[in-house]
Amino acid sequence: MRYAMAIDTKKCVGCSDCVVACQIENKVPVGFCRDWIVETTTGTYPNLETEYRSERCHHCANAPCVRCCPTGASHIEEGGVVLVTPDLCIGCGACIASCPYDARYPHPDGYVDKCTFCIHKVRKGEQPACVEVCPTNCLYFGDLDDPNSDVSKKIKERKYKRLKTEAGTDPQLYFLI
Amino acid sequence: MKTNRRNFIKISGAGIGTAAIGSSVFSWANGDLLNSAIPTPTFTSKTPTYCEVCFWKCAGWVTKDENGEIWKLEGHKDDPHCNGRLCPRGTAGVGMYHDEDRLKTPLIRVEQNGKQVFKKASWSEAFKVIGDKMKTIAKEYGPDSMALFTHGSGGKFLGHTLKAYGSYNITAPSFAQCRGPREVAFISTFGEGVYSPERTDIRDTRCLVLIGSHIGENMHNGQVQEMSEAIDKGATIITVDPRFSTAASKSKFWLPIKPSTDIALLLAWIHVIINEEWYDKEYVEKNTFGFDQLKDHVQTFTPEWAYGITTIEPKVIRETAKEMANASPAVIVHPGRHVTWYGDDTQRLRAVAILNALLGSWGRRGGFYNPDKVSIPDFPHPPYPNPKHTWKDAADGKFDLATEVVSNALVDATIPNENRDWNIKGWIVNGTNLIHTLPDQERTFKAIEALDLLVVIDTMPMEITGYADVVLPECTYLERYDSIRNSPHREPVISLRMPAVKPKYDSKPDWWIAQQLGFELGLDEYFQYKDIEEVLDWQLKKVGSSLAEMQKIGVKKLKREYDDLYFLEGQENLFNTNTGKIELYATDLANAGFPPMPVYTEHAQPQPGFYRLNYGRAPAHTFSRTSNNPNLVDIMPENELWVNPKVAKQWALKNGQYVWLKNQDEKVSTFSIKVRITERIRWDSVYMAHGFGHTQKKLSRAFGKGASDTELISNVMYDPAMGGTGMRGNFVTILTEKPETVEAS
Repeated sequence: MRYAMAIDTKKCVGCSDCVVACQIENKVPVGFCRDWIVETTTGTYPNLETEYRSERCHHCANAPCVRCCPTGASHIEEGGVVLVTPDLCIGCGACIASCPYDARYPHPDGYVDKCTFCIHKVRKGEQPACVEVCPTNCLYFGDLDDPNSDVSKKIKERKYKRLKTEAGTDPQLYFLI
Repeated sequence: MKTNRRNFIKISGAGIGTAAIGSSVFSWANGDLLNSAIPTPTFTSKTPTYCEVCFWKCAGWVTKDENGEIWKLEGHKDDPHCNGRLCPRGTAGVGMYHDEDRLKTPLIRVEQNGKQVFKKASWSEAFKVIGDKMKTIAKEYGPDSMALFTHGSGGKFLGHTLKAYGSYNITAPSFAQCRGPREVAFISTFGEGVYSPERTDIRDTRCLVLIGSHIGENMHNGQVQEMSEAIDKGATIITVDPRFSTAASKSKFWLPIKPSTDIALLLAWIHVIINEEWYDKEYVEKNTFGFDQLKDHVQTFTPEWAYGITTIEPKVIRETAKEMANASPAVIVHPGRHVTWYGDDTQRLRAVAILNALLGSWGRRGGFYNPDKVSIPDFPHPPYPNPKHTWKDAADGKFDLATEVVSNALVDATIPNENRDWNIKGWIVNGTNLIHTLPDQERTFKAIEALDLLVVIDTMPMEITGYADVVLPECTYLERYDSIRNSPHREPVISLRMPAVKPKYDSKPDWWIAQQLGFELGLDEYFQYKDIEEVLDWQLKKVGSSLAEMQKIGVKKLKREYDDLYFLEGQENLFNTNTGKIELYATDLANAGFPPMPVYTEHAQPQPGFYRLNYGRAPAHTFSRTSNNPNLVDIMPENELWVNPKVAKQWALKNGQYVWLKNQDEKVSTFSIKVRITERIRWDSVYMAHGFGHTQKKLSRAFGKGASDTELISNVMYDPAMGGTGMRGNFVTILTEKPETVEAS
């Protein structure tokens, strides 16, 4: 089993609903977030391109945050989901420094927090909150080992890019372009 | 909009994220200790609601956690408005409930030591003040001297009270400040309006044409979803906008038009489609009136003519016209929503309607469908008295084609006029912050000055509450019942809103406020029910459901009475126009003395050093309504001024710098606004999201954040046909130093 997410940049309008739904589902304190929107515009008026990306932890197959964690708080769960165990986390911040995607933040309660792919929902057969809420239906989540999963189908059908692959992280977010 | 994690952390560090929706409020009972960052509530209950964060009114479920606190709001899967997915504002609706700045008790304006202050009052004291004043107004000036401005679900209840009292002066700014011209233009053409939600069949369209309509930045949920579905299916999108909007970035064709010249482009498209014979001949011949006049009318409006006006190349005009024709009839030239721009908006929307008629999209799959809705009967009450005056008595015969009450005409009717024997003396304002809603603020203030009574009913201390004699705290939609939502859609559908939690503080639902005010006014016979549940159950049983059923299911779809979602092959179509046809030549406009076919009028362009002030929606906010919502302030705390890099260079502006704005009438923005240098805007205009720059200090998160476009819209171009307030004829220049005249209230 290998959980992954595909994000269709042709459909994303950058509305931030994924951010709000995640904050509320996971009770992320106001002022922090586990996912976020990046907008990039290239070209000069009127020859322009704008891309919106809903970003979060890439749940890397080769995760530097897990390797550098001195206490084992950062670890890998089923399907390759990278999680933090708050009770084991000492808040040293090594993982934050090691993440090429800036996907982690220090929770005010003293541990480092990040996207869990809503594993608590996934275990119940549901989708992550961001996927369920997205009004443009531009997020696809599932098991890459299952050829019939939404995410497998999308990355087979479409061109995609992954971010900062040069970091050797083998990231599991696929941006459909 | 740019949201990134650095901003979020910085914002938190600056102490803006004050609302405690953090872990201290909620407990994680039974959580796996090792994974305590993962929520595992032990008990949840769900109640149905429909959203009140915007007019789209998506149905959803409110989930509570084990402490009985609202945890989350999710869309209802059976609801065609949202298909199980709320937008960011709806998802964050719980912020409206938690907002600690909410109005908490009734307030009455009193004089203390020569100073006017608000005194906390009981509901009965507040009703007594309002009732006494309304009785005096009825006696001295007539009951039709009261007006109701409303935007939201409470309007139905308060409107009933006002009609029972003797006034039909009930208005929503959503007509004359927003979608009015498109309704009037489509009624003139097709005999029917566009309605809300729009009857656009976007999910099945092959070509979607957006003219200044920024779907995706306006999160009108079902429409955004359908646009996304259309993208998936490979539909062509053509966007006409001086700004590279989000929708433009999804488009095959972006036409970066010179602002205020849209009618010229539309006329050129009509010219090409007629002269190249790309129109749907059979449909046009069968269904329309005035084709020959139209053909004559557009002969000089060539793409080459339009090029000089719009800056859009003739080849692009032809190419996009062909693109529409190829998709016909599955093409939508979208009527837009906020369309009060330049005062000739009915004419522009007529051109849009005509294009759709030529392409045969009205009544066709992938074009415009025929919506259906459930009629909910009124709970029995005596007939309403007939008022002597309406807004038309103050309009001097203007705005004759308006199909709804014109809000700004009621403002005019409030400003004393010696030539008129009738003036409005009292306002009830519910769920609309008129200070930020109506352009030409000086006129609004002049009207307020002349009032004997101003009652404001709201959840939040909006600017308008500061001018009130009595303020009534309405509870949020999560704490109340409201009337059954029965908006038109592909299938008739009803939706229930019920309280998920008890009202916080001393706030009350509008149905109760309206009923109690009715009792105070001695109108008991109009309110012969114990509570709203009795009314809803009676109404629901009349349409084949019940309150008990709706409390369980939330949304109920009903069958269409006729199979007429689209026109049927070989069917004779009768349109509700004077000629019974789709009127390319509009007889009702001609009869009222307006051009029966659209004409292009040249509008003012900015003077050197000035830029056209354009404004719009941001996906995370509904104007004033969400400007203080803790969850949404976190996503977007302020608006930004979009400036083209060439302009930025001229003024030596830096990204993120704060500037003030001054308009052509020397109006200066109260607050500064952050500069966003971007190629996405033309050099002759600037852009900002509407709804920011609040001057009310009681809105602790919204106060002083960003600039208000409304205070810079002092030039209003009125639509002579229907009274719409054209607001895009204002120009601003940039002040890099804080102007001396500016002082925040």
